[in-house]
Amino acid sequence: MTQKPESVNEETKSAAGKYAVTMRDVHKWYGKFHALKNINLNVEVGEKIVICGPSGSGKSTLIRCINRLEEHQQGEITVEGIELSHDIKNIEIIRREVGMVFQHFNLFPHLTVLENCTLAPIWVRKMPLAEANAIAMQYLERVKIPEQADKYPGQLSGGQQQRVAIARSLCMKPRILLFDEPTSALDPEMIKEVLDVMIQLASEGITMICVTHEMGFARTVGDRVIFMDNGEIIEENNPDDFFLNPQHERTKLFLSQILNH
Amino acid sequence: MDWLFLDAAFTGGSRDECSAKAGGACWAVIGERLNLFTYGFYPAAERWRVNLSLVLLIFTLFPILFEKVPYRKYALHIAVAFPFVTAWLLVGGLGLTPVETDQFGGFMLTLVIGITGIGFSLPIGILLALGRQSKLPAIQIFSIGFIEFIRGVPLITLLFVASTMLNYFLPPGVTFDLLLRVLIMVTLFASAYMAEVIRGGLQAIPKGQFEAADSMGLHYWSAMRLIVLPQAMKISIPGIVNTFIGLYKDTTLVIIIGLLDPLGIGRASLADTKWTGLSTEVYLFVAIFFFISCFGMARYSQHLENKLETDHKR
Repeated sequence: MTQKPESVNEETKSAAGKYAVTMRDVHKWYGKFHALKNINLNVEVGEKIVICGPSGSGKSTLIRCINRLEEHQQGEITVEGIELSHDIKNIEIIRREVGMVFQHFNLFPHLTVLENCTLAPIWVRKMPLAEANAIAMQYLERVKIPEQADKYPGQLSGGQQQRVAIARSLCMKPRILLFDEPTSALDPEMIKEVLDVMIQLASEGITMICVTHEMGFARTVGDRVIFMDNGEIIEENNPDDFFLNPQHERTKLFLSQILNH
Repeated sequence: MDWLFLDAAFTGGSRDECSAKAGGACWAVIGERLNLFTYGFYPAAERWRVNLSLVLLIFTLFPILFEKVPYRKYALHIAVAFPFVTAWLLVGGLGLTPVETDQFGGFMLTLVIGITGIGFSLPIGILLALGRQSKLPAIQIFSIGFIEFIRGVPLITLLFVASTMLNYFLPPGVTFDLLLRVLIMVTLFASAYMAEVIRGGLQAIPKGQFEAADSMGLHYWSAMRLIVLPQAMKISIPGIVNTFIGLYKDTTLVIIIGLLDPLGIGRASLADTKWTGLSTEVYLFVAIFFFISCFGMARYSQHLENKLETDHKR
């Protein structure tokens, strides 16, 4: 059955501080559907985690629990040492430190690219406009689209929009970045430009948790790959062992399906 | 056309004088009664206050409606004072001669009711629409109850309630102004419709927009004000303006509780033996007034939709 890595359960409680994210015995149900089953996961500061698995396996739900876009019903989640509870204040503090990049970008269509990037720094961090603009331009340069700053999202290609979305998250200077299938909605030729940005980010020490099927990306930057199925963590390992030497039948089947097509 | 202009008489003291001059329309009735159509029974000596209010209205509306007005930022702040200043100007008191609101009438009355209704129904409608989607049961139930009750009752009924029945519910001796009661009823009525129009817009906003706002740590009100409402309102513009126009024309219903809007003035004019039988002229005139106002609103909404279009500007 489920093989849990040794490190998970023991020191979790006492050492929550040294982890970016800890999840302990987390369960979630959608009505009667058991979406997350007994999730235990510790993410170290600076670690890059790749989560993969078939659709409906709960991987998106798992990372969406980390910033409370979804509410877990049982167990305990701490982010940067703060426990997620019903306290909206805590949730807002955590959300400030956790950036999220969505599958469908979710840029604000009524605002320009620059305004998309400065909105949260100005309204959440109370940053002066000039400073927010400077930081936004800096990150737009990082994702290589400073020249699009005054356009609207609808005028950009999918790959450009996703890079804006990444820049928008970075403008809040988050400590943790969550990626929810960031390349799944993109045309193949645009996937690379987004992955390049993500790989570059990974080299800069930010904690990253990515739900993705980009196995090349997983092998390049991942410290750990987590395989989920049916709401459970089936297997986790370093990328080399995960791909070359999968332990579980379901993992093997999944890998053979996504690698041989 | 001939009847309207070429064969029409523009001056004259009565219908007979008109027909003696020309065989077409008799516009003299409008000329003679123009003051009545405009001001109702507002005392002649105080009419400058109505005129001044109209000037203030124009100066308030321009910065709100158009972006390219100089000093727009300051003008918008001053606009907040407009309702109070105008109310003071029109009703009087505090140094001005008081004017009873039952002397209001004509186009001025239409504008007072229409603009009050439009100005207040939008914010109340937004709150009701948000309230209807609230996660707090008390707020949600209140909003739904309010909207469904007000929508389920004809405006005429509400106006009757305002004019007659409300007094029974208030403690003896407490009365408040009929016009004020009408204003409140018209505003509430329009708010309920407005709420549903805006709710339609809110529901068109993809869930991802809410999630993106949430994931940044924005408060509910910031997320609504900065992200959701601007988009929802843009989608709702045709419906909002539709409601505005409906409200504006519904102001003519106040005639049945004894307030004399332009239509009421028109009917009163026709009752004058000097001018009997000129209903075509009178109603055409009133119709043109309403058409100009409503068409103006429709054109502005077109302009606004074009201005806010950001989706496909490649």
